[in-house]
Formats: sequence, structure tokens, C-alpha cells
Amino acid sequence: MPHTPLRWTRKHLLTLEALSADELRFVLDTADSFKEVSTRSVKKVPALRGRVVVNCFFEDSTRTRTSFALAAQRLSADLIDFSEKGSSISKGETLIDTARNIEAMGVDIIVIRHPAAGAADLLARTVNCSVVNAGDGAHEHPTQGLLDLYTIRERFGKIEGLKVAIVGDIVNSRVARSNLWALTKMGAEVILVGPPTLLSKSFEALGARVHHNFDEVIGEVDVINMLRVQFERIKTSQFPTVREFTRLFGLNQERFARCKKNVFVMHPGPMNRGIEISSTIADGPQSGILKQVTNGLAVRMAVLYLVTHSG
Amino acid sequence: MSSLLIQNGTIFDPSQNIERRADLLLRDGKVAAIGENLGPADQTIDAKGCYVTPGLIDVHVHFREPGDEEEETIASGAAAAVAGGFTTICCMPNTKPPLDNEGQIEFILRESQRVGLANVYPVGAITKGREGKELAEIGSMHERGAVAFSDDGVGVNDVSVMRKALQYSKMFDTVLMQHCEDHALGGGAMHAGVVSTTLGLGGIPAEAEQLMIARDCLLNRTIGCRYHVQHISTAWSVELIRQAKRDGQKVTAEVSPHHLLLTDECCRSYDTNFKMNPPLRTAADVTACIEGVKDGTIDILATDHAPHLAEEKELEFQYAPFGIIGLECALPLYLKALVEPGHISWMKLIEMMTIGGAKIVKLAKGTLAIGADADVTIIDPNLHWKIQPDHFAGKSRNCPFTDWRVRGRAVATVVGGKIKWQLQKTMHES
Repeated sequence: MPHTPLRWTRKHLLTLEALSADELRFVLDTADSFKEVSTRSVKKVPALRGRVVVNCFFEDSTRTRTSFALAAQRLSADLIDFSEKGSSISKGETLIDTARNIEAMGVDIIVIRHPAAGAADLLARTVNCSVVNAGDGAHEHPTQGLLDLYTIRERFGKIEGLKVAIVGDIVNSRVARSNLWALTKMGAEVILVGPPTLLSKSFEALGARVHHNFDEVIGEVDVINMLRVQFERIKTSQFPTVREFTRLFGLNQERFARCKKNVFVMHPGPMNRGIEISSTIADGPQSGILKQVTNGLAVRMAVLYLVTHSG
Repeated sequence: MSSLLIQNGTIFDPSQNIERRADLLLRDGKVAAIGENLGPADQTIDAKGCYVTPGLIDVHVHFREPGDEEEETIASGAAAAVAGGFTTICCMPNTKPPLDNEGQIEFILRESQRVGLANVYPVGAITKGREGKELAEIGSMHERGAVAFSDDGVGVNDVSVMRKALQYSKMFDTVLMQHCEDHALGGGAMHAGVVSTTLGLGGIPAEAEQLMIARDCLLNRTIGCRYHVQHISTAWSVELIRQAKRDGQKVTAEVSPHHLLLTDECCRSYDTNFKMNPPLRTAADVTACIEGVKDGTIDILATDHAPHLAEEKELEFQYAPFGIIGLECALPLYLKALVEPGHISWMKLIEMMTIGGAKIVKLAKGTLAIGADADVTIIDPNLHWKIQPDHFAGKSRNCPFTDWRVRGRAVATVVGGKIKWQLQKTMHES
């Protein structure tokens, strides 16, 4: 893997839309070097010793929060967990005020998960410390996009030229958006698949192929990234029933049999087994789902390291 | 009583089709004469190099009183109005509590009198509490001086309520102003399109506006109430109104500065000063609105002046309130959008900012005819200045045009024959 000579200049990681292919590659390469740390008996390096990372989660999250926490600890940073469900408004304090208060305690990185799109941007405009977006509404989830990119590269040795299908509730998915930016910048083709009520034509302007028939594209793709079905979309009439969704867009054995032999299956979790993905596929040899989680740690270590070593 | 002579200016009065170098004499609160060698007068203004027009009128502003006086009051709003060259404005009823009864209408008129800057006329709510369920006392409010009716902020969503509102209001020959947004399709934070898709923000599709315009025009075809579309924003909305006018319907429309100058691309930074409702649309929509102004489909210009506190606007984009201030920078923005590119003449612009609005709300204003109310705006068409909301007279600063370099500004505003505002030299030095 040729290393790109590049100086990392970003103090924040807010989106993958803003990153160049070189920058994306640089994060992946940095993650490579951190991945080794997890194989040691003492799983710790002093890279962020004396630095403070705050996990600021305004939305339920288990794996992302834990992954960031572990990443910070493996870099020897001090970690504060500030998790508050619901918006800042419901507490009577604005997000900006909350952030200023946390910053006043002398922190180096705020990792923010928030239900409102643009929350991380707002924070980055307000505070002086680094901001890492851990998911803002339906906008972006950059570290998920990076770990997916990393996992695909690990599997195929490259990104360029691959065809990646992302399937399901695209319009509400920050994972889909971050993946779309990262993959297309790195030269992959992204095919978005879902019903028109969950996948608007506008995505074509973002560089994706938009498809509503899973069966028509399933045979041509190298990677299938299945998104989690959100049951509350039934109430808003975005699809009629789980049964019909599964029939049209679920990855079952019958569909899987028509895939390329070496197809790679991914899912950002948490999975609805038997709905968007069959258990035998999720747990099978072509599933990268647990590798995604493992790689997430290395990618987040890389991100925390880079934003504090920009210049 | 008192007299004021405005000398050496160029008079623009679309109501009489006057465009010529002349003096204007105001006496006892009325227009006394247009001509040469007028006077002497108690007071004289030299308007050399300036345009002298009927006082500007804005039929769509929000003054937040009662309820949110920290954002704007009738006093601060009227001060903003005269600083922008506006002598008459109509304030929307979405206050707390809303202007949905005669007591509230009287309060606005009384407060306007007490403040004594611009003429502030109230727009009454169409429905009680602006809830869209039962008609408010439109007749009583009309009698007390409400010049129009609207539930602005929301549209009257229930079709049977809207039908009755049109039928009932017809009796008073008053105008119903509609905030056109189908409730079921609305609810987003910005225009539904490529940018909202990129940003992951909920969209307000163009159809939300178009559906309500089409529905109301259909309803009103056989009723014939005077119907006014507020802050038009989409291409197909313009086309719907064009068709309705061709059919001879009593429909009028207004457009705001931001819908003539900005697009949804501005929202990319999540800057909430670009969040308004209707939202900023696409470049094609802006072009269509300008086309609508040029061919007369859109009748008037209105700011939708909507003050909000900085701390309200400093929220996450989807939680921040809609709206921007407009009164103190509207004139140069209209010039930039419409006159400077040659879309319309100065005369047409002044018509859309004076007599056009006066006709819609049936006020005997917007003219310099002898005997008319002495509301006059003196405009320096060549004054270059930078928009700096920190220097504005209004209370709020939520403005997407901050630091724009613009041309043209009101330099003096006369209401009822009295100078209510004059530009100080220091105010535009930057």
C-alpha cells in the first residue's frame, strides 16, 4: 500500500463529504498502525496521555459510544462520559451552552452524537477544542463511513472499481450518506436501493445510482451494506409492513444465492435478524459485520489521534 | 399648523404616473402641492440627487407584541420601519396571544398611535387562536381597523374552514392573506431537494405551497373573495397565480427579498439565518419569481420581517425558528434583485412598494396626490453602504445579508408631514 505524503490539517471531523480521497486514505493508513495495538497484551499507547476526551451523546448509542470510549482509553486519554437523552432544548439549556460549559472544564475533544443534523457543525463553530461527529441526525456518521471503508479495503485490498449496494432506509440514514461520500471519492460505484419513499431521486445528484429493485442489481455488486429497518417508518407510511419490506429488500438465502461468489455483506448494526438480513448470512463466512466493529476501534483511535495532531 | 418643503428631488409617484424633478410641499399632514417655487415652509429638506416617493408600505411584518417583546415591539418595529423608509406596515397576528379579537386590534392601533413613528395596521387572525378550526370575529375586527386577515405562520389547512373564511370575508370586501403551506406536506426545516438530501434535513416540498394556492384558487373561483398569496416562493406557484389572474380571479401575490436573491444552497453551512418559511428554494424558483414580478403576476413586495433573538437562532438548524428581519435592508435588496439587473424600472419598483400594497389592504395611502396623507420617503439611489444589523433600529439581528455591500437607501422618512427619521452621516460610514 503506497503511503500518501500528506499533512493532516483538520481540527475537527464533521463530515466525509469534506474529505479528499487522500485524506480518507490517510485516516485508513493511520488506523492500520493503530490496529496492531489491539493485538498486544497491554492494549495501550501513550499518544493522548494527558488529553481529555468527552463523549457527548444526546441519543441512545451503545456500540459507537463504547467504541469511542475504548479508543480514547487505548490512547491513554482521560475520558468523560456525558450522555443525555433527548435534545438540549428539553433540558432548558442550548447545545451551545452545554458545549461551552464542557469546554470550560478544559477538554481537548468533544465526541458528539446528536439527533439534529448539523449539530456537530454548530458545535465546531462555537468551541475551540476539536469536535468529532459521532452521528448527527440523518446527516453523517463519518467514523462509521471510515470503518466501513476500512473493512472493505481490508477485504478486497482496494476500493476503486468496486460496486457497493447500500440497501434500505436511505433517506433517514447518516450511515448511507457518509458511505456514499467516502466510497465515491475512493472510486467505488455506489448503488442505493430502497423504496422511493425512503430513497429520493436527489441522491443521484450526490453521485449515486438510485435503484428500487434489489433483484436487478444484486448480481453485479461486490459489497452489500444492509441498513437497519426503522419500524416507526410504517406509521409515517414510508413502507406498509415489515413483511413486505423484507420481501422486497431483505437479504435472504434465495437472494444471496444470486450474488457474486465473493460478495461481502455488511451491516452497521444493530441488526433486525430475519428482517433486513437472514441470520445465516449475517453469521456466515461472507459477513464482515463483526470485523466492522473491530475495525471501528482502530479507525476511531486514528481519528482521535489525528484531530489532536493537526497542523 | 406646520409645513415641510422637500426641495430639488426627483418625484416618483406611480399612482399619478409622475416622474420629474420638482418640489413637494406638505402642509398640516397632507400633500399640499407638487411644483416649482413652492413655499416658504416651516421646515425644508434638500433632496438634491434623491428620489422623493410616496411612503413605502410593507403589508407583511411581525412585531412580536404582545408576547415576545424581547424580540421586537411595536415601538422598535416602527423604528425599524422608518429607518428602512417604510411609513406604513401591516403586522401579522401571530403574537401571544394572537390578534384574533377586536381588543387586540385596538391595542395595536393605540400602541401605534402612542409610538407615533410609522403607521402600524393590524392584520387579524382568520381563525380563533390561529388554530384553523373556527372563524375569528372577522367582522368586528374589520370594523375596528384590521386591514386584512391571515393565520400567517400557518395556512388555514382545513378546506371547509377556508371555504367559509372566503365566503364570510367576502361580505366585508376585506382581503384574506394566506400562508400557503399544506400542513401534511410541510413540517420540514428547508426546501426539499438535493441540498436537504445532502444535509439530512427534513424538507418542505414546493408542492406544500402549490397545493394550497391551487386549492384556494379553486375554492375562490365561485366565491370571489379578495385573496392574497403571502411570500410566494416556487416557480409553479407563480404559474398557478398567473393562470388564476388570466381567469379573472381576485388574486394577488407578494414576494420577499430573500426569495429573489438567495437559494437553498445557502443552507449548506447550517446557518439558521437562512432558515425561513417558506424556505429558500432553487435558482429556477428565484428566476420564476423574478419573471412573475416582471409580468405582473406578483403584485407587491413584502419583507416578512420576522425578528428572533440570537439565542433562539443559535440552535440546531431543525430546532431554530423560521424567519429573518427585513425592514431595514429591503429597499437596496429589491434594487439589487430587480432594478439593477434591469428587470423592472424604478417606477415599477416604487409602485410595488407603495400604491400596490395600499390597494390590497384598501388604505388611502401610497400616493402623493394633493390632499393625501403626507407620508413620504426620500431615497438616495446612489448611496453605497454595507448592511450591518448591529446598527439597526430594530431589536433583533437575524439577517442573512450581513456585510452585503448594497446601493440605495432611504435617507429621510416623513409620516403625516413630520420627519420621523433621517440618516445620520455616521450611520453609513463603513
